[in-house]
Amino acid sequence: MSPADLPALTIAELQSVLRRREISPREVLDALRARIEKVEPKIDAYLSIDFDAALKEAEKVDVDLPLGGVPIAIKDIINITGQPCTCASKILRGYRAPYDATVIRKLRAAGAIPFGKTNMDEFAMGSSTENSSVKLTHNPWDLSRVPGGSSGGSAAAVAADAAFGALGTDTGGSIRQPAALSGIVGLKPTYGRVSRFGVTAFASSLDQVGPLTKTVRDGALIMNAMAGHDPQDSTSLNEPVPDYTASLGRELKGIRLGLPKEYMIEGIDAQVRSAIEAALKHFASLGAEIVNVSLPHTEYGIAVYYFLATAEASANLARFDGVRYGHRAENPCDILDHYGRTREEGFGPEVKRRIILGTYVLSSGYYDAYYLRAQKVRELIRQDFAKAFEKVDAIVSPTSPVPAFKLGERTADPLQMYLADIFTNTANLAGICGISVPCGFANVDGKQLPIGLQLLGKALDEARLFKIAHAYEQSTGWHKARPPIET
Amino acid sequence: MNETSGIDVAYVAKLARLNLSDEETRLFQRQLGDVLKYAEKLREVDVSHVEATAHAVPVFNVFREDEPRDWFTAEQALSNAPQKANNLFIVTKVVE
Repeated sequence: MSPADLPALTIAELQSVLRRREISPREVLDALRARIEKVEPKIDAYLSIDFDAALKEAEKVDVDLPLGGVPIAIKDIINITGQPCTCASKILRGYRAPYDATVIRKLRAAGAIPFGKTNMDEFAMGSSTENSSVKLTHNPWDLSRVPGGSSGGSAAAVAADAAFGALGTDTGGSIRQPAALSGIVGLKPTYGRVSRFGVTAFASSLDQVGPLTKTVRDGALIMNAMAGHDPQDSTSLNEPVPDYTASLGRELKGIRLGLPKEYMIEGIDAQVRSAIEAALKHFASLGAEIVNVSLPHTEYGIAVYYFLATAEASANLARFDGVRYGHRAENPCDILDHYGRTREEGFGPEVKRRIILGTYVLSSGYYDAYYLRAQKVRELIRQDFAKAFEKVDAIVSPTSPVPAFKLGERTADPLQMYLADIFTNTANLAGICGISVPCGFANVDGKQLPIGLQLLGKALDEARLFKIAHAYEQSTGWHKARPPIET
Repeated sequence: MNETSGIDVAYVAKLARLNLSDEETRLFQRQLGDVLKYAEKLREVDVSHVEATAHAVPVFNVFREDEPRDWFTAEQALSNAPQKANNLFIVTKVVE
């Protein structure tokens, strides 16, 4: 195999050539580096890359481990000892992590090589990666469009074969939505399935780490290495981790898929709608049964999400005060000036907006009306899903109501940007798992833009989501398409 | 939820220890007014018999033994300090 062909491999394919000793982990890294040098000027997916550290790891890695010798890109919100971890924020410019996140420790134990940090919306707040304080990331399918967000760097890198797989985080859709817009697979695990230790907190009751990959099987392989209980995250679930690749097959006989009537809203793009309708027919041909379900509180999801996520963010981001790490304003005249200017200079507009909204909904006189009421509606949303999962194995929807939008198109109106998460953020509120898998293309201005299909499963039912998504992927082949980035 | 458009961005910014320019204050006042207006729909929902959910997956009373273990050295903890001396953080004066 010629080195130039290596970066297009899936993780599973890369493993087999590594294990047959046809190539070495060093050759893999060299080939990946060449690919990144070629496409990175076009997509700008990475914030930092440390090939020297990666090559040292490659020298001693055991390729027979589950992910032995596989380089993985990491969203710049996850701490790796000695590497920058900026959350794409000016307030963390120059910060170097003094410790490893648990997910990094576990990936390394499985032989994976974390080699670079990917661009994102600042502190994971956004749906387009345009809120990065560093640079814009471009969608490999159309460089004038967003890759989605907030894990947009991870999604663009994987889509452009500039990473074999990547980690992202998903608080309201930040793995699934960029996966959909970039034409790859993204899984948000059940809340508590993957440790959050060492992952900079945005909204602690909603955040989860998950994989962005070229195929469903690759996502299952990363989850095998990464899922499980962590004594250092008191919200991580102490439940056994199955082999997520064990259930992957081609048949879906007996599987019941729910179609929520509330999801067929007006704002869905016509080409997205027809792709989902075609996918439903395809699922039926694989033996699945399509069942109508109702999630009556869907329309409240965005409002609930923005109250709870901003409230938690305003508390979590209080730690950025210029005392122990990060930016500090020069020559403060007193402590209030120190805090006020440090945070003014360090945070970007969207982060400031959310700190203000979150502080407001938690403030005296508004707590009951906003925060507490939102928590109660959250419980109703959770109950909606519990009832639906009595009837069905998984719920089907578009991942995003629209394909990738133009850079700059939505930045002026935060509310419009928030509505991009309409199909994804209820899964975070309910704590369940969800996956996005490619299901076709929209033809827009002569460009092919990927469309994502979302499958939601009940808590800890990742294995079944992988099974359904894999059978769909392998029988449709959408995942084989590659963006026209070479020219 | 009586005063949904009643957010006073300048006041909340003080609570959040976050200085804003006049321009940002005006912009956020308008944008967050829109967000709060959109969120008024939460008032329609009958929540009189619902308990609030703080976490979707209930996990209670996670304890560990209170034993010393390896953790950061002072050097590691100070490795990103904006200002430090004698193994300590230098902070802005907080008392008169």
